[in-house]
Amino acid sequence: MMRLPVPPALARILALPLLALLLAVLLPAGAAHAQGQADISAIVAKFANDSYSDTTDALVELSATGSAQAAAVVEALGAGRLMFDPATKAVFIRTPAGVVDAATGAAVANPPANLSVVRANNRVRRAVDAASGALSLLNPDPVRRSEAAAAVFKSRDAAALATVEAAIAKETVGSVKEALEQARAAILVGKAEVPEAVRLLAIQKIIARGDQEAISLLRSLPADAPASLKAAAEAGIAKVEQNLKFWAVAQNVWYGLSLGSVLLLAAIGLAITFGVMGVINMAHGEMVMLGAYTTFVVQDFIRHSAPGLFDWSLAIALPLAFLFTGLVGILIERTVIRFLYGRPLETLLATWGVSLILQQAVRSVFGPTNQEVGAPSWMSGAFQVGQLSITYNRLWIIVFALLVFFALLLVLKRTPLGLYVRAVTQNRRMAAAMGIRTGRIDALTFGLGSGIAGIAGVALSQIDNVSPNLGQGYIIDSFMVVVFGGVGNLWGTLVGAFTLGIANKLLEPFAGAVLGKILLLVFIILFIQKRPRGLFALKGRAVES
Amino acid sequence: MKQSGIIDRTGGIFLLVMLAVAVLVPASNLLLPAGHPLHVPDYMIPLLGKYLTYALLAVAVDLVWGYCGVLSLGHGAFFALGGYAMGMYLMRQIGPRGVYGNPVLPDFMVFLNYKELPWFWHGFDMFPFAMLMVVVVPGALAFVFGWFAFRSRVTGVYLSIITQAMTFALMLAFFRNDMGFGGNNGLTDFKDILGFPISAPSTRLTLFVASAVALALGYLICRALVTSKYGKVLVAVRDAESRTRFLGYRVQNYKLLAWVLSAMLAGVAGALYVPQVGIINPSEFAPAQSIEMVIWVAVGGRGTLVGAALGAVIVNAGKTWFTGVLPEAWLFALGALFVLVTLFLPRGVLGLASSISERWKARRPAATPTPEPAE
Repeated sequence: MMRLPVPPALARILALPLLALLLAVLLPAGAAHAQGQADISAIVAKFANDSYSDTTDALVELSATGSAQAAAVVEALGAGRLMFDPATKAVFIRTPAGVVDAATGAAVANPPANLSVVRANNRVRRAVDAASGALSLLNPDPVRRSEAAAAVFKSRDAAALATVEAAIAKETVGSVKEALEQARAAILVGKAEVPEAVRLLAIQKIIARGDQEAISLLRSLPADAPASLKAAAEAGIAKVEQNLKFWAVAQNVWYGLSLGSVLLLAAIGLAITFGVMGVINMAHGEMVMLGAYTTFVVQDFIRHSAPGLFDWSLAIALPLAFLFTGLVGILIERTVIRFLYGRPLETLLATWGVSLILQQAVRSVFGPTNQEVGAPSWMSGAFQVGQLSITYNRLWIIVFALLVFFALLLVLKRTPLGLYVRAVTQNRRMAAAMGIRTGRIDALTFGLGSGIAGIAGVALSQIDNVSPNLGQGYIIDSFMVVVFGGVGNLWGTLVGAFTLGIANKLLEPFAGAVLGKILLLVFIILFIQKRPRGLFALKGRAVES
Repeated sequence: MKQSGIIDRTGGIFLLVMLAVAVLVPASNLLLPAGHPLHVPDYMIPLLGKYLTYALLAVAVDLVWGYCGVLSLGHGAFFALGGYAMGMYLMRQIGPRGVYGNPVLPDFMVFLNYKELPWFWHGFDMFPFAMLMVVVVPGALAFVFGWFAFRSRVTGVYLSIITQAMTFALMLAFFRNDMGFGGNNGLTDFKDILGFPISAPSTRLTLFVASAVALALGYLICRALVTSKYGKVLVAVRDAESRTRFLGYRVQNYKLLAWVLSAMLAGVAGALYVPQVGIINPSEFAPAQSIEMVIWVAVGGRGTLVGAALGAVIVNAGKTWFTGVLPEAWLFALGALFVLVTLFLPRGVLGLASSISERWKARRPAATPTPEPAE
């Protein structure tokens, strides 16, 4: 093992190119160490000399090895748990469980009695900090490495420069290498003795990072920095801010899409019952709630009897929720709504009564508190696109909402049931004359709309509290979407949901969440004055009936 | 409506009952000893007063729904605005007796670091101004809302849904702390009204009588309106809006008058409600509240005014009883009421009573759903 010929503090400042060269020489050894077969006993032995300069030297050498045991030794030294035996010059770590050998980590059965602590002064402590940071930079786990790089980027600790460069030379993972290079740039840009050209390059590197951290780094450029550097930083800040503004809008649009998909899911069943059949179903929200509770029951069952199926719980809940809420819907249609066709205001009141009964029924059975509905593993987590963080559950809900929408469109346009539904809506008497059992079609249509509300509930159980009041929160929004989009037009519902969702989220940064929503409601009220039949109004005689 | 006079038989009975209530309840409370079976205890007075304000509100809802065909799901907003106007007056009356002792700012403003009174709070220390606002604010909102909605011929369900959106938007707005209306907690801790301590039995009795008088006056105003020529046109608008328009009537103006008047009555009801229950908060704006008001009218009998008042008292007395005895069952009962009344009692309790009477039977069989008017 090589020994650095100069004191480390000096080496850090003066010997940058030299260090890089040295590290290139050290590289093969370092790579071997990273796999954990390093023999660090020669370095560790120096701690037994109990001289500050030897200790610091040893720390620098340890940090270059990047082995896990080296990290343990550095940590022990920092905590005052690194011991040595003055007689045999053997080095140990004292742990709560007992004494272990510092070089190998193996437990020592009969440790010598008179161990003394390896002493540390301020210089040693600084070296310990640098070494532990450096060892994270060289950690075998790439996640830890990139975390360490991010930490260095934030701290801009000049002492870490040597290790950062060493880590860059060794790094094989592209994203971690990028993070390390950004960290190096962050250090270089603040150092007066670095050539101007290099600092300018470093600024470019930081600008390329393009986030808030980059801005704060560029803002904190030393006052004595050359003018060219300051100008580059100014330009960089402007550029990054521009970039951030773009991503902020992108983020809001994404949130808006997500909200729009939720609105679409909530409203799409209503687009059938209200839009196609003309039934003001105030119990629609409760159908969504029943769907969410179906998910809860399915998950509860799976947790108790077949935990292995948990990832499939939503897939199992979907058809069950559709059937259950669909049947409830048919029941409501047959017992209440069918007596009230042609009297929309009475339908509104009766279905409101039904919604109160359903809410209280669920409250009596399950209790008034929120029920926990878990997320399957494939719906948890997030990934990053540029400055945009996208969570899987939101992404899946968008996909799901669109799937449901197009499936419904297909049912209405391409199946016999859809044909009958359209026939009955357009001209009930003529449809009856052609032999269509209109009563049955009414029940089935209402069941379809309710069933779709149920599967919306399965999806919404992933992002909302499953409580008896779940449906209440969606009913007004759903009606707004359907009315805004145009009654009787599924495409209108799609456009309405996403327009309102995105508009809501784009308003939020300026107006705040509540005021944004109020503005949107006022907008819809005004919009209905202008276009009383919605965005995509039906034309012709059907409108007047 | 068969009777052409302002006061028909039902109306006469109603007014007599109101008179009796306004005299007998205070008399029983003051004159009879506490143990007497007919004694009305002190705690009942504000409760009964609350029912009377609800009854006035129901009359207001019936005016637009029963006679003009406008199903408002937002009357709670007018009620609450009237209540807030009264609440603001009562807040200003607290003066330096608040928890923080600020002579001008109400407690919640001190708490929220207001430095001075917001502009819209000025004048509310004067009772006449506050009472003016009780009718002007709901009336103005109704005028603006109705002006746009009726001119663009937003009707039926669409109108119901946007009235619901209106009260929902107001609820969200009043929940915000920076609106300057006490946010979530609303206005409360009232001390006195016109110098009289608000929780004193005599003040409560006065408020009770005032509510009874307001209800009787509200009824008379509405009744005068609907029995006039204007009222006939209003009913025509309800039954065949397009036809009425083609006959040359300016339908939107007829609707607008009824709508604004109804909002003002609701505001008065709210103003009488607040001192009797002692609090006004944004939950009064909740759409569910407004829908409940509609069912009061439906239970009593739509388009009868007296029935609306009766329905409000019946439903709310039921609510008080249920929440005391079987709190779990109240929503079941209310829900069932919504369903059963719409299905089996389309003309409400009053309609049922008349259908039992022979004269009604002679005219036409009860419970036939009214055919949809041709448009």
